[in-house]
Formats: sequence, C-alpha cells, structure tokens
Amino acid sequence: MPLIEITDVRKRFGDNEVLKGIDLDVKPGEVIAIIGKSGSGKSTLLRCINGLEIIDGGSISVAGSQLLPDEVHLKALRLKVGMIFQQFNLFPHLTAGGNVILSQTVVKKTPKREAEAMARKMLERVGLAEKFDAYPDELSGGQQQRVAIARALAMEPIALLCDEVTSALDPELVAEVLAVVRELAAEGMTLLMVTHEMKFARDVCSRVVFMHQGRVHEIGPPEDVFAKPKTPELKQFLGVQ
Amino acid sequence: MMEFSTWDILRNLLLATRWTIVLSLVSFLGGGIVGALLLFLRIGGNRISTAFTRYYVELFQGTPLLMQLFLAFFGLGLFGINVPAWLAAGIALVLWTAAFLAEIWRGCVEAVARGQWEASASLGMGYVQQMRYVILPQALKVAIPPTVGFSVQVVKGTALTSIIGFVELSKAGTVVTNATFQPFTVYGLVALIYFALCWPLSKSSQALERKLNAAHRNH
Amino acid sequence: MTYTFSFTWLTEYYPVLLKGILVTIELIAVGGLFGVALGTACAWARALGPAWLKPLVSAYVELIRNTPFLIQLFFIFFGLPSLGLRLSELEAANLAMVVNLGAYSCEIVRAGIQATPRGQFEAGASLAMSPIQTFRYVVLVPALQRIWPALSSQVVIVMLGSAVVSQIAAEDLTFAANFIQSRSFRAFEAYFVTTAIYLALAILLRQALAAIGAMIFARRPAR
Repeated sequence: MPLIEITDVRKRFGDNEVLKGIDLDVKPGEVIAIIGKSGSGKSTLLRCINGLEIIDGGSISVAGSQLLPDEVHLKALRLKVGMIFQQFNLFPHLTAGGNVILSQTVVKKTPKREAEAMARKMLERVGLAEKFDAYPDELSGGQQQRVAIARALAMEPIALLCDEVTSALDPELVAEVLAVVRELAAEGMTLLMVTHEMKFARDVCSRVVFMHQGRVHEIGPPEDVFAKPKTPELKQFLGVQ
Repeated sequence: MMEFSTWDILRNLLLATRWTIVLSLVSFLGGGIVGALLLFLRIGGNRISTAFTRYYVELFQGTPLLMQLFLAFFGLGLFGINVPAWLAAGIALVLWTAAFLAEIWRGCVEAVARGQWEASASLGMGYVQQMRYVILPQALKVAIPPTVGFSVQVVKGTALTSIIGFVELSKAGTVVTNATFQPFTVYGLVALIYFALCWPLSKSSQALERKLNAAHRNH
Repeated sequence: MTYTFSFTWLTEYYPVLLKGILVTIELIAVGGLFGVALGTACAWARALGPAWLKPLVSAYVELIRNTPFLIQLFFIFFGLPSLGLRLSELEAANLAMVVNLGAYSCEIVRAGIQATPRGQFEAGASLAMSPIQTFRYVVLVPALQRIWPALSSQVVIVMLGSAVVSQIAAEDLTFAANFIQSRSFRAFEAYFVTTAIYLALAILLRQALAAIGAMIFARRPAR
C-alpha cells in the first residue's frame, strides 16, 4: 500500500492552472526527486501535500487518511509529514535547541525534559550537538538548514518533504546538507524532494519525477530518466541531444 | 426648565465647531511655519542652533500639551497682560505643532539618500541650492502623508484648549451637557463631529502613503 | 515685569505632588499593561482573525484614533452612567487609558505582524501548530520586538495625555497642580514644576520601557 497517494490533483492561482491533474504514489521508504524547470509546478505540488496550498481538485492521502482543509485534518497530516523549506524558516527568537523543542511541547504536549532530550538527539543526528544554544543568526546557512531538518525530525514524521533545500545555500555549504539528507535516505526515511542537484538525485533516489507545465511528464528510476530520456522536453531540460 | 431637542444640541455644537476648525487651521499653518524654521535651524545651522532645536523638540514632545497651555495662559499673565484664552491657546498649539512637524520633516530630509547630497555637491551646488533643487523636492514627497496624518493630532489637540476656557467644540459639549443633562447624547455627538473632522484626514494620509509606497515600488 | 518667582509653597505642598505622581504612574502602568494587551488582541483580530471580527475592531480603532482623548474620557465618565455603568473617577480614567492605548497599539502591533515573513507562518503550520499557536509562539515575540520602539513612544504619548484626567477630578499630577495653584495662587510656578516632573517622568518611562524591552527580548538558552 502506498504511503502517499496523489490522485488527479489540480491547483490554480487565478487564471493560471499550475497543477493539471497529478497522479503519484509513494511507497514507504521511497526516495523521490522531483525535477523540472521553474514554474513547472513542482514546489506547488510539495506545498499541496503539506496543506500549505489548498487543492482545487483531486485527492491526497497520507497513510490512509485523506487530506482535508480543516484544522483537525491538517494537524493530523502535518504530524505525519514534515517539511523543509528553501529559506530554512527557523524561528529567529529561539535558539537551535528552542526551535527543535517548540513544536514538540506545543503540539504534541511532550514534557519539557523529554522534548529537550529529543532535541539534543536530533541536533546530534544532523551533526550540530554543540550548537544547541546558538541562535539562527549565529549559524551558517548550511547549519540553519540542518537545524530545520532536526526540527522536522523531532516530530517523528513518517515522511519528509524537501523543497529545494540547498538552493539558498552558498555552494560550499551544499554538501553538508546533502550528506544529512543522504543519511536519512539510507536509514529508510520516505523522502519527497524538489531539487536541482541532479547528481544527488541520480545517486540517492529510487525514482525521479520530471514535471513539465503542471503535469508529470516522465517518471522512472534515475538510470532511465537521466540516461534514456524519452521526451524532447526532458532531453532539453537535461541538456542532452 | 427648557426642553432641548437633539437638533438644538447639534446646532449649538456645530456652531462651536467653527472655532475648533479655525484654531486647528491657525495652529497647523503657524506650526508649519515655525516648524520649517526649526527644521532649517536643525539641519542647516551650527552646533548651537542644532542643540537648541533638539531641546525644543524634547521639551514640547516630552511634556503634556495641557501643561503647555497652562504655562502659556498663566505665563503670559505674568507680564501683566490679561491674556485671552484664544491667544494662549493659539500660541501653545503653534509651538507644540511646530515641534512635532519639525521632527517629522527632519526624518523625511534624512530619508533622502546620502548619494543625493554627494551627487549634487559634485555638481558644484552650494548648500542652499542642494536643498532647494535636490533634497527638498524629494523630502517633500515623503513628508506629505505623515504631515496630513499629524493634522489629526492638531484637531484633537484643540480639545484641550477648552480647559483654559476657550469655547470650541469640547467646551460647548460641557456647556450644553450642563444645560441639558444629557451627557450621553451630547458627548456622543461631540465625538461624532470630531470623527467627521478627523477621519477624512486620517484616510487621506493613509491613501497618500499607499500611493507613495506604490510609486516607490515601481522605481 | 515686577513679578517675583516663589517656590516656597513646595515645602508645604510636596506631599500633594507626590501623591499626584503616584496616581499618574498608576494610570500609565495599568493603561500600558492592559492597553497593549488589548491592542495585541485587536491586532491579531485585524490581521489574522475571523472575518466577522475585523470590521468591529476596525470601527473601534478608527473611532478612538479620530476623537480626542478628553471626549472619550467625558463620554466614559459622564455618558456611560446613563447606560447604568457608573465608574469612579479613577476607574473611568483607567478605562479611558486602556481603551485609548488599545486602539493605537493595535495599529502598531499589526504593522509588526504584517512584517512577519510568510515562511514563519508556513514553518509553524508545517510543524502542525494551529494558527493561534503559530501566532503565540512564532509570530508574536519577533513582531513585538520589531515595533517596540514605536510602541514605547506611544506609551509615553498616552502618559502625557493622561494629564486631562484631572478634568474628571481623578487626582493625578495635574490635579495636584490645579489644587496647589488654587491654594497658593502661584499658578505659573505650580505648572512649571509640574511640567518639569512630567518631563522627568517621560524620560524615565522611555528608559524603563527600553529596559523592559531588553528583558523581554533577551536571548536565553532553551531550558
């Protein structure tokens, strides 16, 4: 049974139909890269899965429960699916530790002591144990993004959505974040990521989705998608003739 | 005892509103002139004039307008003049308005990018020319919305002159209340008249600001 | 000018002044605390609240911001008893301060909320926080920090505006000055000294608010 079921999802902004009927099933433990030009709808799809955008048609279900746009259903969904943003979106008034603790205590009502222990564990997992008391503006972009990953992991999601998590980083900081993602993949976390890192997608992903003009244009294992692109659009995108 | 209809009350209040409007206009215009003088002393003058204007602003912004009215009223009396309330009210409000406008406008002049001073200086302009042709035209545009916004404070400020005995809208409210024993109706109407005076000013200030921001974004 | 200044009355009347100072401080403490709380609630309602609440809050804010504090005070003290709400001088003064500062701080805090990057709301949501939780734990503190200087200025303005509560015989600092001038016939000196005290209070209040801000927004470890 698929973990995330996306069926005929449609989304429009005004006159602009961004998603024109997306079908995609994600199995537990799968690592999926979504690639495509900007404006192809890949980020919107990810945001729909987290309920940050309300879909206009179709359905999304996660672990058997339907995504509905009311507070109760959204909360249930977001407890299962974490999200990492391009711009990190750390809370500037809280330390790294505070960022990881907050939603545990507020949403899950985890006792402070347990939440702190979990925060330390997760920060250690992303290699930032010593930055527990540092504020976001005292951290590099790569470190901030790793804290954001720890923050999402502390909620113990069954899947993670990664929206261009390295696009806002200086080139020399990309590797440390990708290393963390790679490790998560190796540990069996279900990952759905929008990325421009083609080499990373080829190495780590089980499947690659190429989106074009609001549709899934091509889908398959990375060795097929990258080595034997079928459509001219994907060929052009990959720069192969 | 006489009976007062709501219309009687309103008519009396509206008659007094004339003086609120006149005093507001005088304070705003007078305050604008004095405020402009303060502004030039502040940004164009020497150390002494700068210090003077700083203390002036601090003094008038750091003390209650009511106290300023009392001091004008009783202070002028010390010179042996029998000061009419309207004169004390006018003087205090002009000086008070000047302090706030000078400060608002200083912010606007300082908001003009440093590069504009440097560019105009590099073209050989003197201080007065820089001000006249480069800085003020830009500062003026930014200054209009907050200046219109402050006019609301001036109109509301005139209410305090009732306390030293100037008969304007608020004072009329008290007088009419004492005659009619209908404080709810009377002060409700007084509030509505003030609202009718101030709200259009507030709204146009906001509209001007939006327009300015939109223009800036298009640059 | 033949007038000679005299401040000898101070020795007799300083307790009156002292009591007035305390009442003025009480007024701004109550007005500041509850006014900013009310303003924050209104700012939430206006920026993020349910649709039916927004016009109500807007009407309140516009009405207060476009009428003189003196009239608000008179309306509360003289007008409300005809609706059955009879307040003492001090209660009416306190209420007027809260209502007045509530409207001004609403607009200030709202500006702070609206300057919040959208990503902060989304990060809160993606961590399964409800909109209220996101507001309370994610948005509010940085928003207040952003507008703290403007809010502080407004509190000082309202403190200075409180001088008019003497007009309903609330016994604040200005009331004390009026009392002294009526007894000692030293009007100018009484108001001069009172004005100086207000200036000192304004400067102290500004510093106190800066200190409170530094305390609230201090960086502290998450433990």
